[in-house]
Amino acid sequence: MQKIQLSHGGGGKETNDLIHDIFYRQFSNNILTKAEDAAVLHVGPDIAFTTDSFTVTPIFFNGGNIGKLSIVGTINDLAMMGAKPLFLSTAFIIEEGFEFEKLEAIVKSMAEETLFSGAKIVCGDTKVAPKGSLDNIFINTAGIGKIIKHGVSCHNIEPGNTIIVSGDIGRHGATILMEREGIDLKSTLKSDCANLWPAVSALAESGIKINALRDATRGGLAAVLNEWADASNIGIVINEKSVPISDEVNGVCELLGFEPYDFANEGTFMIAVKNADAHHCIDILKRFEFCKYAAIIGNAVAEHQGKVILRSEWGTSRFLEPPKGELLPRIC
Amino acid sequence: MNLKLKDLFYEFRNPDTIKALSAAIADEAKQLEKPLYIMEVCGGHTHIIMKYGLPKLLPDNIRFVHGPGCPVCIMPKERIDQAIALAKMDNTILLTLGDMIRVPGSKSSLANERANGYDIRALYSPLDAIKIAEENPDKKVIFFAIGFETTTPMTAVVIEQTVKKNVKNLYFHINHVIVVPPMRAVMEGKSKINAFIAPGHVSIITGSKIFISLAWKYKTPIVISGFEPIDIMRSVLMIVDQKNKRQSDVEIQYSRAVAAEGNHRAQELINRYMQLRENFRWRGIGNIPGSALQIMDKYSYLDAEKLFADILPNKPAEDDKLCICGEILRGIKEPTDCKVFGNVCVPNTPMGSCMVSSEGACNAYYRYRGV
Repeated sequence: MQKIQLSHGGGGKETNDLIHDIFYRQFSNNILTKAEDAAVLHVGPDIAFTTDSFTVTPIFFNGGNIGKLSIVGTINDLAMMGAKPLFLSTAFIIEEGFEFEKLEAIVKSMAEETLFSGAKIVCGDTKVAPKGSLDNIFINTAGIGKIIKHGVSCHNIEPGNTIIVSGDIGRHGATILMEREGIDLKSTLKSDCANLWPAVSALAESGIKINALRDATRGGLAAVLNEWADASNIGIVINEKSVPISDEVNGVCELLGFEPYDFANEGTFMIAVKNADAHHCIDILKRFEFCKYAAIIGNAVAEHQGKVILRSEWGTSRFLEPPKGELLPRIC
Repeated sequence: MNLKLKDLFYEFRNPDTIKALSAAIADEAKQLEKPLYIMEVCGGHTHIIMKYGLPKLLPDNIRFVHGPGCPVCIMPKERIDQAIALAKMDNTILLTLGDMIRVPGSKSSLANERANGYDIRALYSPLDAIKIAEENPDKKVIFFAIGFETTTPMTAVVIEQTVKKNVKNLYFHINHVIVVPPMRAVMEGKSKINAFIAPGHVSIITGSKIFISLAWKYKTPIVISGFEPIDIMRSVLMIVDQKNKRQSDVEIQYSRAVAAEGNHRAQELINRYMQLRENFRWRGIGNIPGSALQIMDKYSYLDAEKLFADILPNKPAEDDKLCICGEILRGIKEPTDCKVFGNVCVPNTPMGSCMVSSEGACNAYYRYRGV
C-alpha cells in the first residue's frame, strides 16, 4: 500500500509527481495547470472572499468526508453572503504515512463537489508533516465569489422578520459524535453535508428580499440565532415545536444529554425574511431535496434585544444560550 | 412490537398532559394550609425542572428548592486537592468521571493539571479502569470514584474485577456518598423544606425503604420521581394530595423502575467491598457522620487513601467567601441570590461547584434561565 512520505512535501520530484498524479488529474482546469506561482483571475466588482480550515475526525463519516466538507464549507460561506462561488484554493497538510488511497478518495470527492458547484480550484499547496504531528490530514480552502444578491447581512434583521431553517437540524454533529465515540446504534443517521448554493441561488433569483442568511455550522442553531440577535440588536422568539429535528438526532441527544440546537450542521442554513415572503421562501426551498424539511421556526422581535427565547408547547419560555465549553472539538 | 427510542420519553412530555397536571395541582393547592417547599434532592431533577420551565407551571404557594444531590457539587475542595496530589505522583494515571475534571480545588483543578501534562483521564464507563490498568502495567492507575448509590455498584464491580483478576496496579480513592444523611442534615438545618421529591435512580438501587424513617420523623411527604416533566408534575400532585390528607408517607411515582426493596444484587456488591466511613465533610454542609463509604478493611491494599496517605493534603479548604454554594445545597438560598452568579461565576470559569456540573443548581439556572 502506497503511503505519503516526507519527500512528498519536499518540493522535488516526489511532490511534483503527487501534484500531477492526484491533484491535477482530479482538479484539472486551464488556470490550475498553468502551474504559475499564483493564479491570475479576471473578476469584476462585488467580490466575496473567505477561508476555512478543516480538521474533522474521523476523516470519513456517514454522508461525507473531510474533502467534501472542505469544499462545501467554503462554498456555503460564500453562498451565505449571496455570492456565486467562482474560484477556490486548497492547501493540504498531510501526516507522514497517510495512505495514498485515502488521499485519492478525499481529492476525488473534492473534485466532484467543485464540479457540481460550478467553481474551479485554481491554486493549491501540499505539505507533509512528520508522523504524530497532526491527525491524518488537515485541509484549508479559500474561495472567491461574485455577489449576486446584495443586502444580505447578519446586521440587517428587523423586528417582524420571519426566521426560517432550511432543514432538520443537528445531523452533522450527531453523526460525528456517534462515529467518534464508537457508539454503535442501529440508525440511519447521516451528516447533512451539502452545497447550499443551488438553494440560495434560487432564492436570489426569486427576487425575495433576504435580510440575513447563515449556515448553522459549529455551535449549531443556538450559536447562529444568538449571533443574529446580537448583531441586529433584536430579540428572536423560537417555537420549540416548529424546529425540525429527526428522531435519530433527538435520540442521540436523549442518550448523551446534548441539545440538538447546539449540534453542528454542514448543509442547513437559517434565513431571515419579511413575514409576507416567508411562505414563498419555503416553497422555493422545498424544491430541493436537501431542504425538504424547511420550516418557519420563529420571528424577530423588538424586545429582549440580544437574546433568543425558546417557547415550549405548554407555554413556558426560556433563553436559548449559545453553546459553551468544549462541546465537540474538531467537528469540521 | 418495534419499540423506538422516542417511545420511551415522547408521551412523558405530552403538552396536554402537562397542562392538565398543572391545572390539577393549582386546584388542589388551594386547600394547602401552608406554602409547600419541595426539595428535589437529585441534580438530575433540578436539570429537568429548569429545562422544561416547570416552576412557572406551579401556583404561588408551591416552590421547588434544589438539594444536595449532585455528586460533583458536594465534593469538598480538599478531596480534589487529594486527586491532584495523586495525579502528580510519578508514573501515575488518574481516572475519574466527566465533570469532576473541571471542579476547582483549593488552588487548581484536574483540568488545569491535565493541561500541565499530567495523565488525567475521564471515563465513560468505570470498567474501562481495568483495561487501562492492564494496558499500563508499569504505571500506578488510580480511580477517583464519585457518586451516590446510583454509581456505587459500578465501582464495586471494578473492585471485584480487580480482586478476581489480580490486577496489581489499580487503586481506588473512594468518594461515594449516601443520599439520606444529607436530607436529614437539611431537615435539621434552617431550611423551610416540608416535602421531598426523592431521587429516582438512587432508589432503583436502594429501594424506597431507605426514606421511610425520614418521612415519619420530619412529617414530610416523600415521592420518588422519574425524570420526565410529567413524572415531576405528577410527583408534585402526589405531594399536594398527601399534604391535604395530612399524610407523610413515601410514595413511588417512578414505579416503572423503582421497587420498595431495590436491587438486591447491587446492594450485596456494595456491602461486600465497601463500608461506612465514620466522617465525610460535604461541601457547603460540613461534616456528616456516616454519610459516605470507603473500601472494606479487608481490601485496604487497594485503598489509595491509605497507601498514599503521606502525600495527601488533609487541610479542609473553604469555598470563596462570595460563593453561596453551601447555602444553596442546604436549601436556604437560590442561585439568583448569589452576587457572583452569572457574572464572575459562569460555566466556563466556575467559582463554586454548583456552576460546574450540568446537575448543579447554578449551572441549570444559568443554562435555562426563564424569561
